Amino acid sequence: MRLTLLVLLCQLAFCATGLCDEPEHEQYREVVVDDPYIEMHTGPGRGYPIFYVGERGEQIALLKRRTEWFKIRTERGKEGWVHQTQLRTTLNLDGDPFDLPGLGVEDYALRRWEVGVLYGDFGGANAISTYGSYSFTPNLSGEVWVTQVIGRFSDSTAANVNIVHVMYPEWRASPYFTLGAGEIHTSPKATLVSTIDRTDSTAHAGFGVRTYLTRRFVFRAEYKTHVVFTSRDDNEEIREWKAGFSFFF
Amino acid sequence: MESRFLLLLLAQAAVLVGLTGCGRDKLVAEDNGQPPVIEPDVERREIETAKIDTEDFEVGIFAGEISVEDFGVNSMVGAQFAYHITEGFFVEASVGRADTQLTSFERLSGAAQLLTDSEREYSYYDLSVGYNIFPGESFVGKDRSLNSATYLIGGVGKTTFAGDDRFTVSLGMGIRLMPLDWLAVHSDIRDHVFDIDLLGEEKTSHNIEAHVGVTFFF
Repeated sequence: MRLTLLVLLCQLAFCATGLCDEPEHEQYREVVVDDPYIEMHTGPGRGYPIFYVGERGEQIALLKRRTEWFKIRTERGKEGWVHQTQLRTTLNLDGDPFDLPGLGVEDYALRRWEVGVLYGDFGGANAISTYGSYSFTPNLSGEVWVTQVIGRFSDSTAANVNIVHVMYPEWRASPYFTLGAGEIHTSPKATLVSTIDRTDSTAHAGFGVRTYLTRRFVFRAEYKTHVVFTSRDDNEEIREWKAGFSFFF
Repeated sequence: MESRFLLLLLAQAAVLVGLTGCGRDKLVAEDNGQPPVIEPDVERREIETAKIDTEDFEVGIFAGEISVEDFGVNSMVGAQFAYHITEGFFVEASVGRADTQLTSFERLSGAAQLLTDSEREYSYYDLSVGYNIFPGESFVGKDRSLNSATYLIGGVGKTTFAGDDRFTVSLGMGIRLMPLDWLAVHSDIRDHVFDIDLLGEEKTSHNIEAHVGVTFFF
């Protein structure tokens, strides 16, 4: 009686722990090597030594990716990092060519959102700018900028909205024109006396060039002329140039 | 009595088999005994999009010491966020802060205070580009090796100190040790350079920071 109850309990416990279920494996993409061989490095970089060589026809699991390197596991359980150039010719398990996921210049043409950081000169002062952009069409996009200007005598923060027209969106490098408006808040340095903070409206026009580099990366350089509508008799004109990088996604 | 328990056991086994589907294959096999009437001409082609976990982002915290020119060596804390573009290049945004000490002048004169408490706080942000100049392995003891990289890093940013924002150029180098694929331990030396006119005339000040940190790749 007691024995039977024990058996019952054990059986229930056995099922409850899920041992009755089929063992669950984490699902990774599996591909077949089609290059004559693949070199497995100990780390995701050219400097890491090759410790194992996989052969054609071997089935491998793609575990993760870092920059251009894939961490793989062979059937024999060896784990290492392989450069993407060696995985370009891999096959799916059904024998079809495997399309290696990655970003290219085609994705650049289809981008929607973009963020970036640029550094440059704003009327003789150092300026750090960040922006976010949304592409309405391949040619036309809207941008919002926040710029921090750190000068010798005063610091400014500027916020701008502008429209950008990219002339040849299908080219890897393309010139563009921009037009926009915003506000600039200027506060003099603490070491100067009897000055007050002020906020003025601005308008600007500019041109620049943008180049697709690699993956999500874009290089961008531009020149803008700002007109600051001051409360004084004449308006102030500020020239700005800057260069930097942006990511699209 | 015993036979009743045996019956109970059998009934339970039957229920469990039914629930867990261990006997499903057999039933399906019986269903498939009859061949289907219409054999479809076109096989549905399965389009698979490979989902491979990409770990290009790195986030972490660090702590260390910063020597603020004229204002002593002070403990500091910070946070960093990086994106690895290629195996060589990465971009990094970092923030840090420290509470600075009195200058020697303030200490010796006893009375005059150059800065208020809030002005004495040193904080910065940096936007940098780095390059892994020496990737490789580091050996710990006889049997263990860690992936590591020595990198050069430089960037621009802003330092808020002594009541003003100061444009800052930072340059440095560091070592990244990776005990696991997703975990890194950093050790960095950075020089933050900016112009300051606090003590009368403008001068270029070098503020050297040494820190260790932990980051996670995701």
